Amino acid sequence: MVETGHFALVLAFALSLVQTIVPLFGARLSNQRLMAVGGPVAVTGFALTALSFAALASAYASSDFSLANVWENSHSLQPLIYKITGTWGNHEGSMLLWVLILTFFGALVAAFGSNLPATLRANVLAVQGAIGAAFFLFILATSNPFIRLNPAPIEGRDLNPILQDLGLAIHPPLLYLGYVGFSICFSFSVAALIEGRIDASWARWVRPWTLVAWMFLTGGIAMGSYWAYYELGWGGFWFWDPVENASFMPWLAGTALLHSAIVMEKRSALKIWTLLLAILTFSLSLLGTFLVRSGVLTSVHAFATDPTRGVFILCILTLFIGGSLALFALRASRLTAGGLFHPVSREGALVLNNLFLTTATATVLVGTLYPLAVEAFSADKISVGAPFFNLTFAPLMAPLLVVVPFGPLLAWKRGDVLGVAQRLMVAFGAALLATLVTALFIDGASVLAALGVGLAVWLILGALTDLAVKAGVGNVAVPVMVRRLVGLPRSVFGTAFAHLGLGLTVLGIVGTLCFGTEKILSMHAGETVEISGHTVRFVGLYPAQGPNYSEDRGRFELIGVSGSPVGEISSAKRFYPVRQMTTTESGIRTIFLSQLYISLGDEGKDGSVVVRLWWKPLVTLIWGGGLVMMAGAAMSLMDRRLRVGAPSRRRKQTVADASQP
Amino acid sequence: MTRKQKRLSVIVGGLAFLAAATGLTFYALGQKASYFYMPADLTTASVQPGQRIRLGGLVEKGTIQRGQGATVAFSVTDTHKSVKVTYTGILPDLFREEQGVITEGTFGPDGVFVADSVLAKHDERYMPKEVAAGLKAKGVWQESKSE
Repeated sequence: MVETGHFALVLAFALSLVQTIVPLFGARLSNQRLMAVGGPVAVTGFALTALSFAALASAYASSDFSLANVWENSHSLQPLIYKITGTWGNHEGSMLLWVLILTFFGALVAAFGSNLPATLRANVLAVQGAIGAAFFLFILATSNPFIRLNPAPIEGRDLNPILQDLGLAIHPPLLYLGYVGFSICFSFSVAALIEGRIDASWARWVRPWTLVAWMFLTGGIAMGSYWAYYELGWGGFWFWDPVENASFMPWLAGTALLHSAIVMEKRSALKIWTLLLAILTFSLSLLGTFLVRSGVLTSVHAFATDPTRGVFILCILTLFIGGSLALFALRASRLTAGGLFHPVSREGALVLNNLFLTTATATVLVGTLYPLAVEAFSADKISVGAPFFNLTFAPLMAPLLVVVPFGPLLAWKRGDVLGVAQRLMVAFGAALLATLVTALFIDGASVLAALGVGLAVWLILGALTDLAVKAGVGNVAVPVMVRRLVGLPRSVFGTAFAHLGLGLTVLGIVGTLCFGTEKILSMHAGETVEISGHTVRFVGLYPAQGPNYSEDRGRFELIGVSGSPVGEISSAKRFYPVRQMTTTESGIRTIFLSQLYISLGDEGKDGSVVVRLWWKPLVTLIWGGGLVMMAGAAMSLMDRRLRVGAPSRRRKQTVADASQP
Repeated sequence: MTRKQKRLSVIVGGLAFLAAATGLTFYALGQKASYFYMPADLTTASVQPGQRIRLGGLVEKGTIQRGQGATVAFSVTDTHKSVKVTYTGILPDLFREEQGVITEGTFGPDGVFVADSVLAKHDERYMPKEVAAGLKAKGVWQESKSE
C-alpha cells in the first residue's frame, strides 16, 4: 500500500507535467485534441494524489513505523482520530495535503468547466498543472513522506501533544481549501494574460472560485483562532504571530478581490486591477507557505527546519510570483481597460474598499517581513508584534468599517450619499445610543471601547438596513415586503450576512478586549474566587490517566446565586511521557455569548495551585461572526448567476437584478 | 470642477492616503519593534529602563523562586552573564531549568527585568531560534544537543 502511494505520487508528478505542457501547446496551436487532454489528466492526477494521500493516512492509522514520517509523528497508543489527523500534523504530510487540494481544484475546473472557452480552459489547467508540478517535485525531492526505515522501529515518537486535538482535523484542511483555492483565481489570471484578453465572462468565472476559497479561508482562520484560544491556555484569540499573518494576508487580499470582481462582473471596470489582485492573493498564499514551511520562523506550525526546503520553496515562490508579474507587465497593456465611473457610486465604494484592504495587507506584510529583513541585513534581531499592528492595522480598518454599510446601498454609476445616509439614520441612531449607553452605564468603559461597541452595532444594523431597504420596509404592505425579501437575489443576502458577520466579530473583539477581566492567584482546594460577578470554587486537583498521557485535573464549580453549584468546569495539566511534554487543557464554560476561561499553573509546595481565570464577554461572537461570514459566502454561491457550471443561463434575470437598487 | 480635475482629486486623495499609511507604518516600526538581547549583550548595548525589549537565554539552574501568589523570579543566562527576571502569571508548559526562553518586558529602575510574557519552545525538539543562534555564536551550545 505504501509503495503504491509512493508510486502514485510519482505518477501524479509526471501527469502534472503533461497537464502543463500539452494543453498549453494545444491552446497555442488551436489544436482541439491537445487542449482536450487537460481535463482527463487533471482528474486522473487528482485521483492519484488522493490514492497517495490515502496510502499515507492508512500507514498512520495502522501505525506503520517502517515509514520514517509515521515513526517521527505518531504513536501506537494515540486515539485513532489523532493517528489519522497526524497524517497532516507534520511537514511532509501537510505538503501532501496541500497538493491534494491543489489537484482537487484542478479537477473541479476540469469537471465543471465544460462551458468555458476551450483555450481559456486549457490554459487554466496548464497553469494549475505547473503549480502542481513544482510542489510535487518539492515533495519528492525534499519532503518525501514515503521514506522507509530498515529495521522498522517498534514504537513511534508521538505526535506533538499540542496537535493532539480535534482542531487538527478541521483547521488545516479548511485553511488549505482556502488558500490553495486561490490558485484557481491565479490560474485564470495567468491564462487571461497568456491569451491577452479578458472578457466579461472571465469575471463571472473567477468570482465563484474566489467565493469558495474565501469561504474556506474564513472558516480556517476562525477555527485556527479558536483552537489557539483554547489549546494554548493563554486565553488570546489572535497573537499577530507571523504564521497567523501568513494566512491573514491572503484573506485580506482575497476579500479585496471578492469586491473588485463584483465591479468587473457588473460594470466591466477594474479589469486589470482585478487580475493583478488575483495574482497577488495567491502570491501571498505562496508566501505564507514559504514562511510556514521553510522554517524561517519559529512556531507551532514550523515542524522542522531544513534549509534545502526553504531554498526550494523560495525558488518556487520566485518562479511563480516573478513569472506571473513579469507576464502581467508584458501583457497588461494589451488588455482593454474597463470603463470609468463616478467616484460616488457603488463602484467607487468598492474601490475605496480595495484601497483600504490592500493597504492593510501591505502593513501586515511589512510587519511580518521586516524582522526577517533586519535579521538578514544586520546583526540585530527584532520582533514586531501586537503593538505595531494595533498602531497601523487598527486605524486603517476603523474608517473602512465606518463606510461598510454605505457600500451596498449606493447605486451603480452614480450614487446619492445623502439619500443613503437618510436610509441609514435608524442604524446610526442605534449605534449612537449604544455608544452613549456603553460610555455612561458600563463601569470602566473607555471612550475607545464605547466607540467600538457603536461601530459594531452600526455594522450589524447597517447590514440589516440593506435588506430592509431592498425589501421595501416602510414603503409597501407587509405581504409585498415579504415576497420582495424572499425574491431578492441570493447574493444580496450574501453581502448582508457577510457584513453582519463582520459586525458580530467586531463586537466580540471589542467585548473581549475592552470588558474582559483577568485574575491570577494561587488557590487551595475549597477556596472560592469571584470574577465579574461569577463565583468559582476550586474543588481540588485529581490525577487521571488518558490513553497516552497522565493528567492532573483541576475541578472547579460555578456557584449560583443561591450558593449551590450550578455547573462544573475542569482544567488540566497533561503530561505526555513519550515527548516529555506538558500541555494545558483550559477549562471553558460558555455563559450565553460569553465565556469563563480557567487555566492551571504550577503546583506550589503547600498544595496550592496557581490559577488564571478570565471572564471574556461576548468572546464567542468573534468566531460566530466568522461562521456568519461563511454563511454569507455560501448564500452568494447559491445565487443563480454565480452557480458554478451555469454562468450564462438566466441572462434575463441578471438584467432584472441589475436594475434593482 | 471639470471631469479631469475630479479624477485628479481622486488620485491625489488616494496617494495622500497611501503616503499617510506608509508614514504610519514606518513610525510604528521605529516605535514598536522590540529588540532581542541576550544577557551578555546588555553590557555593550544601552537599554533604558522602560524600553521594551526581548531578553532570551537559558533559565539558570537553581534560580527559579516562586514568591507569593503567581509571581515567579528566575535568572536568564547565556552562561557568561545572567539577568534576574520577575514574571507574574502562568509560565508556559515547557518552561524548565536550563531550557531556552524568551521573555519580553522592560527593565525596572532596580535592574530587574519585569517580563509580561514568557515564551518557551513550542515543541520539545526545538530551541527558540534567536536563543539557539545567540548561544551558538557564543560557542556555548552545539546543534547536536537539541536532537
